[in-house]
Amino acid sequence: MDYFAQQLINGIVLGSIYGLIAIGYTMVYGIVGMINFAHGDIFMIGGFIALISFLILVSFGLTVVPVILLIVLLVSMAITALYGWTVERIAYRPLRHSFRLAPMLSAIGMSFVLTNYSQVAQGARVKPVPPIITGGYTLHEGAGGFVVQLSNIQIIVVVTTVVLLALFTWLVARTRLGRDMRACEQDQTMAALLGVDVDRTISMTFVIGAALAAVAGMMYLLYYGLVDFFMGFVAGIKAFTAAVLGGIGSLPGAMLGGLAIGLIETLWSAYFSVEYKDVAAFSILIVVLIFMPTGLLGRPEVEKV
Amino acid sequence: MDGVTTPAPKATAVSPGPGAAFIFKKALISALVALVLFSLMIGVRTEAGPSGQLIYWTRFGDLAAMVATVFGGSIVVELLRQWWGPVGTVRIVPQPVQTALATAGRWIAPVLLVFTFLVPVIFYNERYILDLGILVLTYVMLGWGLNVVVGLAGLLDLGYVAFYAVGAYSYALLATNFGLSFWVCLPLAGILAAFWGVLLGFPVLRLRGDYLAIVTLAFGEIIRLVIINWQSLTGGPNGVTGIPRPSLFGIPLTPGEDGLAAKLGIEFSPTHRIVFLFYLILALALLTNWVTIRLRRLPIGRAWEALREDEVACRALGINTTTTKLTAFATGAMFGGFAGAFFATRQGFISPESFTFQESALVLAIVVLGGMGSQLGVALAALTMIGGFELFRGLDQYRMLVFGLAMVLLMIWRPRGLIGHRAPTVFLHHSQAISSDLVKEGHG
Repeated sequence: MDYFAQQLINGIVLGSIYGLIAIGYTMVYGIVGMINFAHGDIFMIGGFIALISFLILVSFGLTVVPVILLIVLLVSMAITALYGWTVERIAYRPLRHSFRLAPMLSAIGMSFVLTNYSQVAQGARVKPVPPIITGGYTLHEGAGGFVVQLSNIQIIVVVTTVVLLALFTWLVARTRLGRDMRACEQDQTMAALLGVDVDRTISMTFVIGAALAAVAGMMYLLYYGLVDFFMGFVAGIKAFTAAVLGGIGSLPGAMLGGLAIGLIETLWSAYFSVEYKDVAAFSILIVVLIFMPTGLLGRPEVEKV
Repeated sequence: MDGVTTPAPKATAVSPGPGAAFIFKKALISALVALVLFSLMIGVRTEAGPSGQLIYWTRFGDLAAMVATVFGGSIVVELLRQWWGPVGTVRIVPQPVQTALATAGRWIAPVLLVFTFLVPVIFYNERYILDLGILVLTYVMLGWGLNVVVGLAGLLDLGYVAFYAVGAYSYALLATNFGLSFWVCLPLAGILAAFWGVLLGFPVLRLRGDYLAIVTLAFGEIIRLVIINWQSLTGGPNGVTGIPRPSLFGIPLTPGEDGLAAKLGIEFSPTHRIVFLFYLILALALLTNWVTIRLRRLPIGRAWEALREDEVACRALGINTTTTKLTAFATGAMFGGFAGAFFATRQGFISPESFTFQESALVLAIVVLGGMGSQLGVALAALTMIGGFELFRGLDQYRMLVFGLAMVLLMIWRPRGLIGHRAPTVFLHHSQAISSDLVKEGHG
């Protein structure tokens, strides 16, 4: 039971990271109706920028951890958001009215560009960082000597995710930008006729998605203590799986899907073989889609003739 | 590649376009964006130091060079755009050239085919060209195979390489464990791959569009991960070695007594095997092409094309979409399996590294670039892509960067592929080339 509780905690933390990336997929899909294939690499870039800005801050002699983390968070979100914006401008905007496969292929191309760009710029080796946040709480001491622990970093990851999710839900539900987004999701042409700047709204969607992915990248760096140029691909498919599992286009769905994938992966690794954890996650995706073709929280698709 | 590209106003004779101030301002913004983008990623380089601790050093020179390039590039692109007008399909491949290509298309195919047949004769002593030819033909075959699924049936398959892997491993394992010959294994590899295609087809049946894309992608990853981890069967990351070479209907192409060279009474040369492999993959590719063309004229092929155009209308007309999708998947997968078996016998060694998502993306790019559904287009696209890929071999780690950029730029300039038209299968009275801009596809 204790072991299970510990795995549950680990799974929720991992799921939060996936959920943050999945929101970027879900938002872009909801508005533009296409998979942003480069999103996983945006997450990877976010991790790299967090790493580099962290190194620079430390070498300047800054020692107050909360201040460092706040600056790293802001820098990483800002620069990665600009990456998201640039990717949209180069690879998606010119193809918005093209046929459906074209933006998907340019997105795959963009993903290759970003992966290899960071390999060329930063080298192929894994970049480790020493643990920045240490310590934690012992929740329960079991009879067999097994200790259920909740580390500070786990708390930070989950709290950050919850805060951002709340902020973001508010943004979509209450602000002008959120209303524009929802309008574009319904009907872009109609929204444009009613005075919504569609180009700007789509750009902002990419920017917000990239900023959230940057947070996920930073959390990944803090939690696992490493980044490498290839981590965007697998994290990207998992997060996309999460988005589809939750019902693509739905924000709570993305978070729920992220948690589900995180839990499945962690529990599978804990009780079965670690090697097949990705296989388990993808198989469950296929099984869920067979029985619920629009995901857990997805709206049933209406066939337009 | 300029950071900011707002669609420039149409440059006509009446309005000469925005002036120097506008161009300068735009370039300045691009440079500023580039400065922020590259500041940390290019300006700072991290590396693990001797004690394992990360160290970093700055590269402000490189950063300045990149920003300057973007600034200059932006000005050049903007000037070109004003001088040339908006970049449209007609600009990249002018309309007269397109029509000329369309009429020449009838002649290009036979000429290309004859030339391909003559390649081993002309370049007999050039091992590199023969190897490259085999590689290109392998991708032509893969492209034609995937074309059945994506180009004809309109189902977006991002995991095609899984069937290639199934074919390759089927042959490799059957040949190394049971000593079966290539000619026995070839159909088996095709059948096994088709079986997997049907298996994947089942969950896919209820899915549409992008869900299908992600399921096929996931399936490709599942196959690859299973191959990596099922060490006892597949050898894991080390792969399978010692895969037997193909024989010419039982006669091995070896220097020994019972080798082909000895039987024919000619001197043995290792080139014989290369030439044989060349004609083998050519035959397999032509088989794929022939079957596809024949199938297109049968009710099943028409059903695929109808499915691609409109699934709802298709169902309304009483076409069984389930079997239609399944047959498309199975047919495409079977050709992928054949190509996989050939790949295994050519290499003599296979490992999971050859079956990554990158390969799927490459084949998909070939199909889309070829103009989706155009057999000649796919062949030309394979030649361009693989040939181009070879050109940049010296660039090593920059190669994929260039490839990705090329994919993005080609999609922006020619979203409909290199050959953007195709003849309809069915027509009334007289055939008429349909611009692919009028055709929607890939809706799954």
